[in-house]
Amino acid sequence: MEKRVTFKGWLLPLCLLLPQVVITAVFFFYPAGQAIYQSLFIPDPFGLSMRFVGLGNFEYLLGDPYYRASFLTTAIFSGLVTVVSMGMALYLAVLADRLIKGSGTYRTLLIWPYAVAPAVAGVLWLFMFNTRVGVVSWYLGILGYDWNHVLNETEAMGLVVVASSWGRVSYNFLFFLAGLQAIPKSVIEAAAIDGAHFWTRFRTIVFPLLSPTTFFLLVVNIVYAFFETFGVIHTITSGGPQQATTILVYKVYSDGFVGQDLGSSAAQSVILLIVVGILTIVQFKFIERRVHY
Amino acid sequence: MATLKLDNVKKRFGQTEVIHGVSIDVKDGEFIVIVGPSGCGKSTLLRMVAGLEAVSSGEIQIDGTRVNDAEPMDRDIAMVFQNYALYPHMSVFDNMAYGLKIAKTPKLEIADRVGTAAKMLELEDYLTRKPRELSGGQRQRVAMGRAIVRKPAVFLFDEPLSNLDAKLRVQMRLEIKDLQRKLGITALYVTHDQVEAMTLADRMIVMNAGVADQIGAPLEVYENPQTEFVAGFIGSPATNFIPAETLGDRPAKVARVGVRPEHAVLADAGTGQIQGKLVYAEALGAETLLHLRLQSGEMFTIRQDGTVPVPADGTLTGVDWRQSREISFGSDGHRTPNESAA
Amino acid sequence: MADGMVEKRGVGLWFTHLGLIIGVLIIFFPIWLAFVASTVTQPEIVRPPMPLWPGDQFFENYRKALVSGINAPVAKMLFNSFVMAMGIALGKIVISLLSAFAIVYFKFPGRRLFFWLIFLTLMLPVEVRIVPTYEVVAGFGMLNSYSGLIFPLIASATATFLFRQFFMTVPDELAEAARVDGARPMRFFWDILLPMSRTNIAALFVILFIYGWNQYLWPLLITTDPSMNTIVMGIKQMFPSGDDIADWPVIMATSILAMLPPIIVVISMQKLFIRGLVDSEK
Repeated sequence: MEKRVTFKGWLLPLCLLLPQVVITAVFFFYPAGQAIYQSLFIPDPFGLSMRFVGLGNFEYLLGDPYYRASFLTTAIFSGLVTVVSMGMALYLAVLADRLIKGSGTYRTLLIWPYAVAPAVAGVLWLFMFNTRVGVVSWYLGILGYDWNHVLNETEAMGLVVVASSWGRVSYNFLFFLAGLQAIPKSVIEAAAIDGAHFWTRFRTIVFPLLSPTTFFLLVVNIVYAFFETFGVIHTITSGGPQQATTILVYKVYSDGFVGQDLGSSAAQSVILLIVVGILTIVQFKFIERRVHY
Repeated sequence: MATLKLDNVKKRFGQTEVIHGVSIDVKDGEFIVIVGPSGCGKSTLLRMVAGLEAVSSGEIQIDGTRVNDAEPMDRDIAMVFQNYALYPHMSVFDNMAYGLKIAKTPKLEIADRVGTAAKMLELEDYLTRKPRELSGGQRQRVAMGRAIVRKPAVFLFDEPLSNLDAKLRVQMRLEIKDLQRKLGITALYVTHDQVEAMTLADRMIVMNAGVADQIGAPLEVYENPQTEFVAGFIGSPATNFIPAETLGDRPAKVARVGVRPEHAVLADAGTGQIQGKLVYAEALGAETLLHLRLQSGEMFTIRQDGTVPVPADGTLTGVDWRQSREISFGSDGHRTPNESAA
Repeated sequence: MADGMVEKRGVGLWFTHLGLIIGVLIIFFPIWLAFVASTVTQPEIVRPPMPLWPGDQFFENYRKALVSGINAPVAKMLFNSFVMAMGIALGKIVISLLSAFAIVYFKFPGRRLFFWLIFLTLMLPVEVRIVPTYEVVAGFGMLNSYSGLIFPLIASATATFLFRQFFMTVPDELAEAARVDGARPMRFFWDILLPMSRTNIAALFVILFIYGWNQYLWPLLITTDPSMNTIVMGIKQMFPSGDDIADWPVIMATSILAMLPPIIVVISMQKLFIRGLVDSEK
């Protein structure tokens, strides 16, 4: 894709690019390069000198049971967040799509939790499930269930998953509804005339036609769960109990800033960089396909 | 107003030459139409004059000054684009005034010039509207108005009517001709529509694959096409071509003979120049087009007056024409002198 | 289901509405609870179950939060968040417009290289490179400053990419017409391209404002001075360390205040917001 007509000159375009180039170089490329560089060294205990260890940090990380556990935690966490938020959103979108009038109203009612910061969402859910004052945990107690996410690893994971999925439902709902409304009504009517009942129609026609949207949301939600849920984890569990909710991004933070283990933190950054790279490629591959679709 | 001169202008994209040297002297106030099929290089030629494409070799002069390397704005030209290229966020007035504003023309003069042009184009009631609120014909007028207010030396038109429906196209064609007469503008007009070319041009350039096959007044080009391509492209329905050997009695250097449909008539079977079978007749009212299949298998079209009786489909018939009306071409596609006329 | 038609009718229609309303209530519940908590007294909360209907302490709690807060007045944190969100949104839009214009409308040596460098920055969130970025910002002495909050979050090219995509759809003839009209590049940019990009700019602004407002990790790292805290990260700072009981009414009032501006933006500019969301994910 190129413009047929372009303006002449090179000084003006360079000046136009300058702000972006400078900011990106200083705050993006340099730090990213530093992360890669630091990942090859171990600082001495006093932080005075660095010792080159090659891929030692990576070897150590991949052998570290805590790091491996964090990988697994991240996988479970993002899988659950994706399934919960997309499932709930699809359910609501299918219902809203069946209304000819009023789907706009429900959209308005459902989209705004997107605007709530993950960290704030974390505080809201923490409040509901707080072991001392939480309304939900109190009623669970009445029912005979002793909720304590501070000690119970499964409950902690459940809470951060729900809190992370909550605002995300809005986002997914929006895309699912748009995807559903883009399916030609005539196709569904034809199936209805062919005698297909609602569930059959959904399974054999609607869901396959929705698959581009679904796949797109799958990737986007995994990216979200990987990187943008830091605020939820930090406010609710701080990675605990016993690192049960320490996702990779949280570990970069806790090792780098709390533990001051710069080499390891940098190596973790590099691994995340690679993960993001892969997800980006998957996404762009898919988007290309969607363009041709 | 001004003169325009192209001297052996060529255009190359990388290694491929797409325009192989076009030369023409355009007189002050002359309306030149460049006509040809799509991909013949006519738009590229126009864009080189506008300064939107670089000239690979040769020279372009406006009013005797070489402008090869001048920016479009310094060439004293105005252009009407195929899709009008109106600024969507500006009112009609602002669209027309934009060039003048950039040239720092005094406000009063801008208002005056835009007002005059708007009156001429019957756009006075629409000056505050946005382009999207106008019909196709009105947008076309705004695009012309934008060119007129600039009072440029040369007007450039790049297929300005091709986005209009047939009826509007006829109307706008007349208006452009009318404007050109009123303003006496020097203009270069690109189109693929031969009717536009015939009706608008003082002289036309017929282009084929990057070559100006023929330059001349419309009727002269029609009467005396210099190449087989021109003979086939100008005139509708298209000229019939017959291999010279099927006619016999033609000079040896003649390879193909062109006969315009209006110059041929039906004759009794067995008489005339050639024989054919009537496949079908299209009665258009004022005229009737007769489509015949010749013995050689090729099609041949005759145009006759609508009042003349038409034989039944499948009738075997002769076709006749005056040999002096023939346009004969050599094997290179170029015209050979007509010996019977000479 | 018995009926085969596309739209539900009668009883089915009511079930559809019921399903949606339950969904809306579930989504709504945490915020309702936070609002209720921000209108009652601390004792009402610490003796569970807390009430589910608003109390009479609304003005008292919000006044306390805004004026004194816990570590810093929430009014100041709101202001900090506003500066940061506006800085990120406007800064990113400005530098992206300029560089997208350069990349699309000029041919100059290294153009492809610039394009790919910019492309590389897509989707690499600040979370991944926090430690070195922190060191850079600290090196510049930008800890506890607005520029330190803003610049690292501008350093990605998502917006550049979007504007590039949009500029590519602007017909070539408009640039040509402008050239014939005598407009030089920057004139074309100001008079034609910028006004034509209005909707895209507004849509992107909505998305970036929310993005900036909701930042958490970055402000957490570089604002050690409570008076520089942003509201979203400041809430967590309001929880006491150790076993003390948190001042829930004030914390919940702060939470409501923290989500109010982006929610207002989303609701009031719903069309632009949806468009921005769809654009930015394309």
